[in-house]
Amino acid sequence: MHKHPIRTAAVALTAALLVAACGQDAPPPAPKAEAPKAPEMLTVKIGSASPLTGPQAHIGIDIRNGVQLAIEDANAANVEIAGKKVKFEMVAEDDEANPTKATTVAQKLVDAKVAAVIGHFNSGASIPASKIYSDAGIPQISPSSTNPKYTEQGFKTTFRVVAHDGQQGPTLARFAAKTLQAKSVAIIDDSTAYGQGLADNFEATAKSLGIKVLAREHTTDKDTDFKAILTKIKGKKPDLIMFGGIDPQAAPMIKQMKDLGIKAKFIGGDGMQTPNFIKLAGDAAEGAMASIPGLPKDQMPGGKTFLEKYKAKFNQEVELFAPMGYDAVMVFIDAMKRAGSADPAKFLPEVGKTSYGGVIGPIAFDDKGDLKNGPITIYVVKGGKWEALETVKPEAAAGAAPAAAAAPAAAPAPAPEAAKK
Amino acid sequence: MTTGQRHPRVPLPYLAMDIFAQQLINGLVLGSIYALVALGYTMVYGILGLINFAHGDITMVGALVSLTILQALAAAGLPAPVLLVIAGGGAMIVCAALGLSIERVAYRPLRRAPRLAPLITAIGVSILLQYSAALIWGKQYIAMPKLLEPAAIEIAGAQLTTLQMTIFLLACAIMAALLWFIKVSRMGRAMRATEQNPDVAGLMGVNTNTVIAFTFVLGSAIGAIAGLMIILYYGIGHYFMGFMLGLKAFTAAVLGGIGNVGGAVLGGLLLGVIESLASGYIGDLSGGVLGSNYRDIFAFLVLVLVLVLRPSGLLGQHSGDRA
Repeated sequence: MHKHPIRTAAVALTAALLVAACGQDAPPPAPKAEAPKAPEMLTVKIGSASPLTGPQAHIGIDIRNGVQLAIEDANAANVEIAGKKVKFEMVAEDDEANPTKATTVAQKLVDAKVAAVIGHFNSGASIPASKIYSDAGIPQISPSSTNPKYTEQGFKTTFRVVAHDGQQGPTLARFAAKTLQAKSVAIIDDSTAYGQGLADNFEATAKSLGIKVLAREHTTDKDTDFKAILTKIKGKKPDLIMFGGIDPQAAPMIKQMKDLGIKAKFIGGDGMQTPNFIKLAGDAAEGAMASIPGLPKDQMPGGKTFLEKYKAKFNQEVELFAPMGYDAVMVFIDAMKRAGSADPAKFLPEVGKTSYGGVIGPIAFDDKGDLKNGPITIYVVKGGKWEALETVKPEAAAGAAPAAAAAPAAAPAPAPEAAKK
Repeated sequence: MTTGQRHPRVPLPYLAMDIFAQQLINGLVLGSIYALVALGYTMVYGILGLINFAHGDITMVGALVSLTILQALAAAGLPAPVLLVIAGGGAMIVCAALGLSIERVAYRPLRRAPRLAPLITAIGVSILLQYSAALIWGKQYIAMPKLLEPAAIEIAGAQLTTLQMTIFLLACAIMAALLWFIKVSRMGRAMRATEQNPDVAGLMGVNTNTVIAFTFVLGSAIGAIAGLMIILYYGIGHYFMGFMLGLKAFTAAVLGGIGNVGGAVLGGLLLGVIESLASGYIGDLSGGVLGSNYRDIFAFLVLVLVLVLRPSGLLGQHSGDRA
C-alpha cells in the first residue's frame, strides 16, 4: 500500500464519495414509497423470538406463525393509535433454544427498535433475555415460558400468557394423587430451567400429598438413551414416572420404558404435549399423560375460528403456542391504543392493566406479570391423539364472564375494546 | 437440589439381581455399538496415526441414510429383514463412498504434513458433515417408521428384546469377521504391513494408497451398520447424533489401546457397561449427591484415567516412535 500513495488516496476518495452518495440517496426513497399510501403512517415493529431451527423448531415456528397472523389481522383492521394509522411489522429472530443465543437475539431486537417482544419459547432463553429487554424498557410477553423465575426477577417488562410451573407442577401432582391414585413416583428431568423447575414443583407437592418419591433422576436435553436410569427406576417399582422435559426426550423415554417392561404410568408437562411426541414415540405413546397451561385448543373461547384461520394460512395444524403468540400481540396493541402511543415507555404501564378477551380466554396480569387464573388441562394419548382429560383452574375465576370474552375473540383485531370492563 | 433424604433407605434395593442383569444387558448392547464405531477410529489410527474425528459423523450419515431408506420403503410391504438389508446396504454404500472421498480430498494431500494439520482437517470435515446433514435432513429429530414388533425374552428377570440380541450378535459377528479378515486375507496382511511401516511396505510392493483408501472404506461401512443399529435401537435420528457418539467411540478406542482392533472391541464393550452401571448405581451409592446426569462424565473420566495411567490402553503396546 505504501508504495502507491496516490492510489490509496484515490480509493479512499472513491469510498468517501460512495458513502456520501449513498447518504444522499438513501433518505428519499423511504418517504416516496410511503407517501402515496398515508401521510401519517406510523410503523411499529414487533419482535418475535423463538427457536426456528433445532429440535424445538416446530414449536418455535408455531409461535412465530401466531405472531405473524396477529400482525396481519391488525394491519387488515387498520388500527389507529392517537389518530395515526399504524402499520405493524414483525421482526422474527431464531434463538435456537439456546440461552446464549437468546441474549444475542434480544440485543438484536432491541437494536432493531422493536416496540415489544413476543418470546422466548424456552424458560432458559426467556430468563437471560428478559434482563436485556428490561434494561431497554421494552415489554416482553412470553407465550410459553413456564419457569416461575421468569417473572420473579423484579422486572417491570416481563409478562406471560401461560400458567407457570409453580401452578403446573402442583396441578400435575394433585392429578397424580387424586385422579391416578398414585402412591409412589419416580421423577426424571432434563436438567434445563424448564424441566428441572417443573419437576421440582411437582416433587414438592407430590410429597406434601403423601406420594412417595422413589427416585429423582436427571438426564440432558440432548440424550436419547435412558435405559440405565429407567432400569434403576424399574427396580423401585413406582406407580408413576414423571418427566420434566420436552418431546425429543420424552418419546424415546416412553419407548424404552415399554422395552424394559415397565408398567408404570407416564406423565409430563406441556413440553411433551405435542403431536411430535406421538409421531416420535409411535404406539408406545398410548396412555401417556401431559398437562398444558390453557384450555384445550378447541375449547378456547376463540379457538375454533383461530384453528381454522391458522390452517387456512399455514396449511398445518396449530402445534402448541400459536394462540398464545397471537394473543400476546393483541395485548400489546390493546395497550398501545389505550396509552395512545407505541412508545414502550408510554404503553408499558398499560400492559400491566390489561383486561383482554383473547383467543385463549380472558387475559389479565397480576403484579408480577403472571397470567391471572390461567387454567391447566391434562391430556392423555388415546388412539394416537392427545385427548383432554380434565381442566383445572389454579384458583377460582375472578370474574371475566366467558360470554364477554368470546365475542371479541371471534374478531379480536377489529374490536378488542369490547372485552374491556 | 440434591440431598440424601430423597432416597428412602430401603436395604440395598440396587443389588437386586434382575436389575443388575438388565443394566449389564443395556451396557453390552450400547457397548457393542460403541465398539463398531471404535473400529473405524482404531483402524485409521493404526495405519495413518490420524484421529479421524469425522468418523462419528460418518456414522450419523449412515444412520440418517438408512432411516430415509426405511421411511421410503416402509409402505412397500416388504418383510422387515429384507428392508433392513436394503437400508443397511444403502447406508454402507453411501458411507463407503463418503469415507473414500474424504480420505482422497481431505487427508491424502496432508499425509506428509505436520500431524496437527490433518487433525484440524478432520475436525473441519466433521463440522462439514454435520451441517450438510442439517441441510439435507433438517435440524429436527426424525422418527423411524414402525417396523418390528418388539418381542422380549426374560433372562434372570431382565428383559432382553430380540432387537437387542440381534444388535449384539451382529456386532460380535462383524468384529470377529474383521479380526479374521485382518489376520488371514491378503489385504489384511497388507494393512498390517502398512501399519508397521508404510515406506517399507511400499518397497515390498504393497500399494499403500490402496490399502489406506480400503481402510477408510471398511471403517465407514462398519460405521454405517452401527448407524443403522442406533436408528433401530432408539428409533430417532438427528444431524448432531454423531458428535457424542464419536467422542465415546474414540474413548473406547483409546481405552482398548488405539490402533489395536481387538482393543477397540474390548474398549467399546467395557465403556458401554461402565456407563450403564455408573448411571444406574451412582445415585444410590453416593446417597443422591451424584445423579445419573453425570453419565457422560464417566466415559471421559475413563479416558483421562487411561491416558494418565496406561497411555497405550488395555491391549495396546508401545510401538516405537511411529504410531
